[in-house]
Amino acid sequence: MSAPRAAAAAVSRAQVEDLFYREADLLDRWQLDEWLGMLGEDAVYLVPPNDKPDADPRSTLFTIADDIVRLRERVIRLKDPNCHAEFPPSRTRRVIGNVRITGVEDATICAAANFIVYRFRRDTSPYVFVGQYRNRLRRAGGELKIVERRAILDAEELGALGSVSFIL
Amino acid sequence: MNERHNGGGNGRLVVEVPKTRFAVSREAFVSGAVMRREQDAIFDHCWIYVGHASELRNPGDFKTRQVAGRPVIFVRDRQGSVRALINSCRHRGATVCREREGNARGFNCLYHGWSYNTDGSLRGVPGEDAYPPGFDKADMGLRAVARLEHYRDFYFVNFDARAEALETYLADAKDYIDLVVDQSPSGRMEIISGTQEYDIRANWKLLVENSVDDYHLLATHSTWLNYMRNSGVNVTPPKGSGLLLPTKGQGRDLGNGHLTTDNPNFRGRPVAKWISVYGEEAKADIAAIRAELVARLGEARASRVADTNRNLVIFPNLVIADGSSVTVRHFYPLGPDHMRVVAWALGPVEETEAQRARRLHAFLTFYGPGGFATPDDVAALEAVQQGYAAWREVGWNDLSRGIARNDDQLNSDEGHLRVFWRRWSELVEAHA
Ligand code: FES
Ligand SMILES: [Fe+2]
Repeated sequence: MSAPRAAAAAVSRAQVEDLFYREADLLDRWQLDEWLGMLGEDAVYLVPPNDKPDADPRSTLFTIADDIVRLRERVIRLKDPNCHAEFPPSRTRRVIGNVRITGVEDATICAAANFIVYRFRRDTSPYVFVGQYRNRLRRAGGELKIVERRAILDAEELGALGSVSFIL
Repeated sequence: MNERHNGGGNGRLVVEVPKTRFAVSREAFVSGAVMRREQDAIFDHCWIYVGHASELRNPGDFKTRQVAGRPVIFVRDRQGSVRALINSCRHRGATVCREREGNARGFNCLYHGWSYNTDGSLRGVPGEDAYPPGFDKADMGLRAVARLEHYRDFYFVNFDARAEALETYLADAKDYIDLVVDQSPSGRMEIISGTQEYDIRANWKLLVENSVDDYHLLATHSTWLNYMRNSGVNVTPPKGSGLLLPTKGQGRDLGNGHLTTDNPNFRGRPVAKWISVYGEEAKADIAAIRAELVARLGEARASRVADTNRNLVIFPNLVIADGSSVTVRHFYPLGPDHMRVVAWALGPVEETEAQRARRLHAFLTFYGPGGFATPDDVAALEAVQQGYAAWREVGWNDLSRGIARNDDQLNSDEGHLRVFWRRWSELVEAHA
């Protein structure tokens, strides 16, 4: 076993859970710059279309398919009061569960988690986003970083969920 | 109340004084009675988009859709003909196909088990001997929508058997569909996999307006403009030009209620206008796409295809926006204050893997429920609809922007929005 692979294999589920819990807390508090800090330098953030959850963003139209450059721009946008879809910012509450390490590929840890994200806006009934995160994680400078996030929605179509205008 | 407040409409919902004013009653956006009139006068008589030929590649391929309020199976039958069948069992009504899409040998009703072929004909009836002598299976196939016609692979249905031909109906909108399809060397575009299907809590006509309203760009989409600016795209209008946007675009009347914007591009186009967002490595490839366009179409036509953005409304509810990428979207009312939007990306069939990826990346910089712009359009339309709750007090929308101009209407005027409303009024208010 190579050294990076051995290091990846040594990561425990509890460490992965801690990572996701901390992330959920940051996102619920709209600490988006800190959240960016949890991502790798080449991170990718994906929300596939509801009808093609396993597809490739290079050949299928996604809801969101950001490389790190666009993800940073997305955070700039989300912090701007002219981001009308999120002004005033939604209140969100995330519940993360069923965290599992699903594989190790060289230095990369594959980990899955279920999510329920409640999003509240004034005078509308709650928007409930339910699904699974599929993640690729990597150690960088002693820290575990998210290098790929695929947020798969269980809903058959976005429908009443409307826009994915926040970080899911 | 003065005329400006009450519209001076004598009960009409759209009021025009030539060169002077144009007002639309907010009742048109909140009233269930108006929505029922729209169903009768518009959705039951106009050509309504159902799908694209590329979505049905093989015999047996089908998609189930809501079209003009009806459940429809858009299917290529086993003999290869494209059909639009009403998805309702001839026995006692159940939908006979409940999957979103797939490939079928036939459709079997879950209730009592009648089975139909992909061309709609009735194949089997369990316990057929219990039916009386006059029961004729040949007459009991799935009903086809009265009319199904296509223009350059875009299929439309019409529930009125006596409607004019689709090509007549499309009028000058045909030229603008041609401009989109001309991106493809073989004249074949395809719907790319992945569907964006989402609701907006607003009247469906607000999305017609919004799709072509370039007046809203600065206020609604300032964060998108920032993103473009941060990426090295020039989004500033020339000094002293009096323009709101970097280029001077137009709003155009295409006949029969169809309309379009027609804007010199500034925001980049996968066909074939490079911007920094695409990355240095894309430059040579985009130059090659452009060279192909010029060789095939000539310089002038190639420039029309490559250097203009056009948001096209096919009356009543289809938008083909050829901007940062090409999107095809249709939308329909779920209630006076509620619509469903279904949107896709469209691209030339011969695109390489890298070109397709660039097109999709460009799409998401702007469009869709996770894009940098569309969610703010949704927020704007929902805010508008909320404002209409006071329609009794504040009864009229002002759509007079640019109305006194003698020359062509700018894309940031409202001349092209008025085109929609005049046609809407002709159909909905003609016999009111
Ligand atoms: S309703 Fe379809 S078989 Fe009876
Ligand atoms: Fe917009």
